[in-house]
Amino acid sequence: MEVIPMSDTGAGVETNAPDADVEIDEAEAHDSEVEEAAKHTPRGVPLRVEGLRKEFGGIVAVDGADFAVEEGSLTGLIGPNGAGKSTTFNCITGVHEPTDGAVHFRGEEISGMSPDSVANRGLVRTFQIARELEEMTVLENMMLAPKGQTGESLWRSVLPGLRSGIMGEERKILEDCWEMLDFFEIDHLAHEYAGNLSGGQRKLLELARALMTDPTMLLLDEPFAGVNPSLEERLLEHVHELREEGYTFLIVEHDMDLIMENCEHVIVMHQGRMLTEGTPEEVQSNEQVIEAYLGGEVE
Amino acid sequence: MSGTNDDADGKDDPVGGVRAAAEQLWEEDAVKLLGLILGIFALYLVGGALLDFGARQQVNLLANLFFYIGVFAMLALALNLHWGYTGLFNIGVIGFMAIGIYTTAVLAKEPALTEPAAGSIGGFGLPLWLAIIGGVLAAAAFGGLVALPALRLRADYFAIVTVGVSEIVRFTVLESDFQKMQIAGYFVGLGGGSGLILDFDPTDDLLEALGLLEPYTAFTESAGAALSLGSNPKPVFDSLLYGLILLVFLIGFYVLLRRVGNSPFGRVLKAIREDEEATQSLGKNTRRFKITAFMFGCALMGLGGILFFAVQGAITPSAFRPRLTFFVWIALIIGGAGSTTGSVMGGAIFAAFLFRGPLFIKNVVQQNVDSDAVDTFGQAVSPLISGLDPFPMLLFITDNLQQLQLVIMGLVLIYLMHNRPEGMLGHRKEEASTISLNRPERSTDSPGATPATDGGEPVDGGDTDE
Repeated sequence: MEVIPMSDTGAGVETNAPDADVEIDEAEAHDSEVEEAAKHTPRGVPLRVEGLRKEFGGIVAVDGADFAVEEGSLTGLIGPNGAGKSTTFNCITGVHEPTDGAVHFRGEEISGMSPDSVANRGLVRTFQIARELEEMTVLENMMLAPKGQTGESLWRSVLPGLRSGIMGEERKILEDCWEMLDFFEIDHLAHEYAGNLSGGQRKLLELARALMTDPTMLLLDEPFAGVNPSLEERLLEHVHELREEGYTFLIVEHDMDLIMENCEHVIVMHQGRMLTEGTPEEVQSNEQVIEAYLGGEVE
Repeated sequence: MSGTNDDADGKDDPVGGVRAAAEQLWEEDAVKLLGLILGIFALYLVGGALLDFGARQQVNLLANLFFYIGVFAMLALALNLHWGYTGLFNIGVIGFMAIGIYTTAVLAKEPALTEPAAGSIGGFGLPLWLAIIGGVLAAAAFGGLVALPALRLRADYFAIVTVGVSEIVRFTVLESDFQKMQIAGYFVGLGGGSGLILDFDPTDDLLEALGLLEPYTAFTESAGAALSLGSNPKPVFDSLLYGLILLVFLIGFYVLLRRVGNSPFGRVLKAIREDEEATQSLGKNTRRFKITAFMFGCALMGLGGILFFAVQGAITPSAFRPRLTFFVWIALIIGGAGSTTGSVMGGAIFAAFLFRGPLFIKNVVQQNVDSDAVDTFGQAVSPLISGLDPFPMLLFITDNLQQLQLVIMGLVLIYLMHNRPEGMLGHRKEEASTISLNRPERSTDSPGATPATDGGEPVDGGDTDE
């Protein structure tokens, strides 16, 4: 058996139970209880990928990915180059439309939705190469993110009476932004152009910006690539802190050790397919995984 | 460029209170603009004095400058919304201007209910203000029509579509099938190759609507006599008045676009310019924003076209070649794409020095150099080589300045792209927000979210501004 179907994995994931999703929505209302409940009961599954397949012309980039991400977990998605991790990511976030299969987020099928619709449902991503809006300052980057800003209407921005209404909203957003910058300790860069930030600072900003959209789940595409060790440490600290606050994380990473040390659940992809999933210990002792990483053929 | 913009380089850090800083910056920009425009006027007046211009000529000169500065600044502002803010490469500006003025013309011309004589075409006879609104809406709607398919394309293909569309507009108004038609009993049309005569007078219409036409005419008579403007001074005053009207519109454009820029809407536009995919990943429906911004810019271009051509007496399709589009682009590049103030300055500098300047220099030289006209290049070169006499060459060049204008513009453009691609005002930090983005004073007790900072001292302006 090459691919272990997700229903076989431990951790008590309830895969095909739509009512589980409903429960989560209710639990959403009281964040603090989520953590408490999560320790005892089988946790919900905000993100579920079923039979995901993506072809580019004749090339099959993802060939039947099946996995689920638990509420409040830190799940890692690993695999060697070309394993199809990024394509899977892009299919989840709406950048690509899957050729086949489905992606469910909180009980709703999101495959084929536009990236902005996915983001507005609380599933927000960061990019492998941090994509800052370079000619905008750090604060502008942050202020952009909150969703449903009434000032995003042209008329409200322009007409005198309506404009003053926006300014109140802007003040509130600004305060939140400063708070978030404080949290990530990049407040001293607030007025700097994002393009002038170092690689690691950009990653911090990107995470901070993503959080400003008020997501429930974050997809991080190689968040530690090109980040120096001390900043990596900081970034990890933030991720753990946020997870404790109730955010769910799915992290694509190259660095096997990093994932093994930090994630509680690991999904391994290889050549477009799911190789295995499970706890770091399980995955590490899996022969197929070792072979894949050492470059051997998987039969 | 000119020496009037020395103060443009010194970008002083606003120190002090939040509001004071913002106001100071505003002041600065307004001061810069005013200084530049007054400088241009002064330069031209001095030039006029050197030429022994009479009062009438001087006033005409000023009115002319007023006009071109006004229209180019407005068009550059509209283009700045497309390119500077949203990153939409629109090289079909003239097409939207044409839609604006043609719609206005058809709506406002005197109606002809019986078949008019050959060569004359009627309109719907609407009041001018209504026709202008119609023209602006038509340009916006047309922009929407273009945007729906075109904005799906990549940036470079989008550019090709816009220039193609502007040519389609020109060929459509040139088309003889649309020259004259009967719609609901009205004989209307686009005039074909011979164009449309604009039988309305914007300044008179405005004055009449305000009930000021009589006193105004009386005023022009007396003031004309006092200033010795010669007989029939009214056209001179009309053009001055129109210049003032343009100024009011320009201020309107400026305020409007500053508001758009400094708003959450403008912030999204800027983000789209920087990275559309990243903007989408933050939950912004970028397509909606692009269409809105494009249509709004097209509406402004339509209005710009109306204001540009409404006083020309007639419009012909040949006036709507892509040339004008590139003039507007040059104006925007001079001023610096992305900056509202820069767009106005770019428009003013382009109009005064690149567009009107060569003509003026031609007049100056021809009046002051006493020599016969030189017709060919050979005649101009041989004295230079044989007798080191530069005047025939100088005369030849100035005589052909109008033709050389495009060459000069091209050289300026190349120079700017190499040496100052960010425009005259340089890199400016115009933060897109309705409010100052400095740390709010009251949020010292930031709750939750572990404020793990080292004090997080308030950034009151300028510690990171560079």
